[in-house]
Amino acid sequence: MIPAAFDYESPASVDEALAVIAGAGDREVKVLAGGQSLIPVLRLRMNAPDLVVDLGRIAELRGVRDDGDAIAIGAMTTHDDVTREPLIRQHALLLSLAAQTVADPQVRHRGTFGGSLAHADPAADMPAPALALGAEFVIAGPSGRRTVGASDFFTDLFTTAIGEGELLVEVRVPKHTGWGAHYEKFNHVAHTWSIVGVAAAVRVEGGTIAEAKVGLTNMGLVPIRATAVEQALVGQPATADAIRAAAQNADQGTNPMSDASADEDYRRHLAKVLTGRAVLAAVG
Amino acid sequence: MGTRRISVTVDGVAYSDDVEPRTLLVHYLRERLGKTGTVVGCDTSNCGACTVHLDGRSVKSCSVLAVQVDGSDVTTIEGLAQNGELHPVQQAFHENHGLQCGYCTPGMIMQSVDLLKDNPDPSDEEIREGLEGNLCRCTGYQNIVKSVKAAAKAGSVSAGVAGGAA
Ligand SMILES: Cc1cc2nc3c(=O)[nH]c(=O)nc-3n(C[C@H](O)[C@H](O)[C@H](O)COP(=O)(O)OP(=O)(O)OC[C@H]3O[C@@H](n4cnc5c(N)ncnc54)[C@H](O)[C@@H]3O)c2cc1C
Ligand code: FES
Ligand code: FES
Repeated sequence: MIPAAFDYESPASVDEALAVIAGAGDREVKVLAGGQSLIPVLRLRMNAPDLVVDLGRIAELRGVRDDGDAIAIGAMTTHDDVTREPLIRQHALLLSLAAQTVADPQVRHRGTFGGSLAHADPAADMPAPALALGAEFVIAGPSGRRTVGASDFFTDLFTTAIGEGELLVEVRVPKHTGWGAHYEKFNHVAHTWSIVGVAAAVRVEGGTIAEAKVGLTNMGLVPIRATAVEQALVGQPATADAIRAAAQNADQGTNPMSDASADEDYRRHLAKVLTGRAVLAAVG
Repeated sequence: MGTRRISVTVDGVAYSDDVEPRTLLVHYLRERLGKTGTVVGCDTSNCGACTVHLDGRSVKSCSVLAVQVDGSDVTTIEGLAQNGELHPVQQAFHENHGLQCGYCTPGMIMQSVDLLKDNPDPSDEEIREGLEGNLCRCTGYQNIVKSVKAAAKAGSVSAGVAGGAA
């Protein structure tokens, strides 16, 4: 289908974009990033904004830079760039591995890191890794910029801390240099969303798990940090038995839904099995 | 809700056109430029039949607005053949029976070209993964994989000759 008619602006800077959005008054505005979620929705006419503000011409929103103890990833950096960027692979490998499982090559060439996080689909693959690595979200609005921590960013189904008239501009990810990482995704058919996904990053020291971070995709309305697993892993030998035992805690504190792909019990089961696989792969 | 002027190069030819912002790239290509080689196979961005190259990377042209490609370079299936010679990937699909009804073929070929640019010597599994965003309703995947393999072989032979290697 063809989308309903809308006006279109393609500002060249974040400030200009914010001004365009602020100046829209009562008109319904939609921000367009890679369009890989928004354009299908417009085509199906599930949404019909008056004004689409395209971030695609804003160079300052693209790319990755070294920011001391963190790397700063521009919101408009594509999934494909997240899989390839040497800085991300070196310091936040988990993100590269997760991005590689998103959709298919064509969608990864257009879809963006920021768009995926802002969209906050519970089945999307980037939120849980970002949460696990303790990402910080830089949000720009009419009154300046603010930074929101990962645990406060994802607030509800398809809902984040990004307020009306605001834009996600950058995501700062603390460096996890030298950590092992793996994203274990479970889906039924090619190029689809996770039924359950597990993001794991671990630091092993002399055969013992020194630190562990585990995030769960689609085990609730928002991505969830598997803290019980993390605690159970620390101090354990990096062996299959110890890891599988710790993974039994994976569904603690989760609230998975039942839908056409899987019921709640099956998701709980999957979380445990996939957590075991993810951590085992991460320790290498 | 007016129109916007876009300038875009498609298959090597420069165009300048006024388009409604809601116009999808695939409709611009088919209906304004008459490039009906690029087809629409779904309403959900799943099938990949509409795949074209935008500034050298594969995209689903049903999931890009024409206004977004202002200033860009687009290659469609119609721009692959040069001087009446099929592109090696087209030739390989032809020789290996890589199509049945042919509806998915423009997208399959465009995505295969992108895949081979990234990975000139892919394994069967890498081919299947690289084509995961392209659906064949006739389910002729076996010969599609065979075609991409053949194209890779042809490509590496010519690259070897060009590089002076054995
Ligand atoms: C066939 C198909 C399969 C897919 N499979 C997967 C999958 O397996 N896993 C997965 O995770 N995703 C999948 N996706 C979704 C894809 O990853 C999208 O790229 C992503 O969800 C949205 O990113 P985008 O840049 O395309 O955003 P858009 O579609 O442009 O925007 C999405 C939403 O976020 C808002 N937004 C975007 N950027 C910002 C910003 N900087 N500030 C404020 N708001 C913003 C927009 O207003 C909009 O509401 C799939 C998509 C398709 C079409
Ligand atoms: S028509 Fe574009 S993906 Fe199906
Ligand atoms: S050949 Fe018929 S859809 Fe692929």
